[in-house]
Amino acid sequence: MRILKFLLQKEFLQIFRNKAMLPIIFVLPVIQLVVLTYAADFELENISYVFVDNDHSQESENLMAQFNASKYFRNKGAKVDFNTGMEALDHNQATLLLRIPRGFAEKLQKEKKASLMLDVNSIDGQAATLSYSYASEIINDFSNNIVQKWNGLPNKVVLPVNVVSRYWFNEEMEYKNLMVPGILALLVTMVGMFLSAMNIVREKEIGTIEQINVTPINKVYFLIGKLTPFWVISIFELSFGLIIGKLIFDIPINGSLPLLYAYTSIYLLVILGIGLWISTLTDTQQQAMFLAWFFIVIFILMSGLFTPIENMPGWAQKLTWINPIAFYIKVIRAVLLKGSTFADIQMDFVIMSVFAVVVLTLATLSYKKRV
Amino acid sequence: MVRFEHISKSYEGNPAVNDINFRVEKGELFGLIGPDGAGKSTLFRILTTVLLPDVGHAYFKDRDVVDDYRYVRRNVGYMPGKFSLYQDLSVKENLKFFATIFNTTIAENYDLIKDIYEQLEPFESRRAGALSGGMKQKLALSCALIHKPEVLVLDEPTFGVDAVSRREFWDMLKSLKAKGVTILVSTPYMDEAALCDRVALIQDGNILKINTPDGIIDQFGKQLYKVVTQHIYQALQALEKISDEWHAYSFGQEIHIYSSKSLNIADLKGQLVSMGIDDVQIEIGKPLIEDCFMDLMVSEKTEDYV
Repeated sequence: MRILKFLLQKEFLQIFRNKAMLPIIFVLPVIQLVVLTYAADFELENISYVFVDNDHSQESENLMAQFNASKYFRNKGAKVDFNTGMEALDHNQATLLLRIPRGFAEKLQKEKKASLMLDVNSIDGQAATLSYSYASEIINDFSNNIVQKWNGLPNKVVLPVNVVSRYWFNEEMEYKNLMVPGILALLVTMVGMFLSAMNIVREKEIGTIEQINVTPINKVYFLIGKLTPFWVISIFELSFGLIIGKLIFDIPINGSLPLLYAYTSIYLLVILGIGLWISTLTDTQQQAMFLAWFFIVIFILMSGLFTPIENMPGWAQKLTWINPIAFYIKVIRAVLLKGSTFADIQMDFVIMSVFAVVVLTLATLSYKKRV
Repeated sequence: MVRFEHISKSYEGNPAVNDINFRVEKGELFGLIGPDGAGKSTLFRILTTVLLPDVGHAYFKDRDVVDDYRYVRRNVGYMPGKFSLYQDLSVKENLKFFATIFNTTIAENYDLIKDIYEQLEPFESRRAGALSGGMKQKLALSCALIHKPEVLVLDEPTFGVDAVSRREFWDMLKSLKAKGVTILVSTPYMDEAALCDRVALIQDGNILKINTPDGIIDQFGKQLYKVVTQHIYQALQALEKISDEWHAYSFGQEIHIYSSKSLNIADLKGQLVSMGIDDVQIEIGKPLIEDCFMDLMVSEKTEDYV
């Protein structure tokens, strides 16, 4: 016990003596949370568009007025024909080209039916989909108004089926409510994995491990001494991040925090275990860094943070079953936004505990064999 | 105290040491002398349980170092060739750290390191990384001794250290020996061999000779001639042309000739002068241990080629 206490003391001493450490612990979370939450906002506003109005009718002007009134669109001016309109798309002056064909109003009057053309720049698929759906919404609105006028109905629309939707657990569809817990998960993972992966390999690189290996120290003690500080730091990161999330973004905390911390504790065992494993497989900090990056990038991109897991192909969805980050993001969102209780996520506890046991066993065996 | 029996080890098919056998008695200051890559570190790392031998066994107090590695680690002190302490911890913190992981305290074994550590005390709170080379070495030695080991293993402790510090270091080893510590030390410097009780000359993974320094000189069996001249390079070339029955090497400011037959100094001098080396002086010299090693190492190499 005295040895363990001293090992911990030594690790903390070294961590806080490292000049790069304090910025990593305090500045990294603030920047990540603030920058990423704002930057990773999927809501689109000010979509620039151009239009070609070949009709010049009252109806076409009404439609344009509705586009201009929307906060989602910004008018970049009229173009004379399709070619000049496409040019604007080509030169990235606009994302959307709206074409109103000649005879639009007339057709509406006579045939009760007319078409419009929407051309969307789809280089960024997500933006294209959103622009398209916002534009459709405006056009639908526009049609409804016309129908009302024809039918001479008052302002209230009476449609046979009326859909009233409500977004549960995140009522205003606030992206930040979704992003902040995700980025918190990212932060805890990155800090935990990188720091643990770099630490033991550093002892190898500098050669101090040779001196440690000739001492009678118990290797399990040594590993506990190595990993505990990063566990503590990562837990601290979570707390620090939660405070920032609450203060700056006012994220909801609907579930129990002790539950979240309990789950995080087990999750960190997995992440630190992977870090330890990486450091047993590599000889230099550079190699460890690359390997850690490899895992982090794959885990994050397949975690459902940026793209919903449901959108992935079947095989990729299956892979998320061995992705601890995917589980963690799911749980942290569930606990914070949905207020999930232990009963709701007990399966996740079981799965994460299995991960922890497997990873730590492999890492310890690999450490004993190689270092 | 320490025994190596038929130890062989190779790295990826390249043999590092071949069938090594020797023993070190209690209280001895035993030197392992040889050039870089001779296999010194490999032997020490096997003894200190950080490396497994392919073949053979090493024993510490009749206990196999592989089977009884915990016992070895508790009772052997090892100072690796590369400075292996925490550069970001202070002198005192390093020492305390190693004392703790050996489950002891600085106070408990202070008498053993007192002489060495006293010199470090003014810098106690300085980070190990900021110490001078000689100081680092003293700290490393203190840390290797803090658990009062019966055997101290030092891998090239004087490599890259200035002449004064080297001298000091050997004095420290002498006083440790007087306190009853058995010491195994390796070095690439042949002049340090004379300071050991017994030495083993190792080259290319083979031990060429084990004896006391005096014993090795007695066994030399050749005559040493010292040639002094300003034109060392020309003289070496000339000597090579004159006869292939001897070996001639530059040795600092002199040339040493090892010959199994006795030479006629006047004749040789005449020959050299006639070849344009006019300032030459030749005299019979008393061989030092370096001469014996030099000759042994080169004869071994030449035999390999034959």
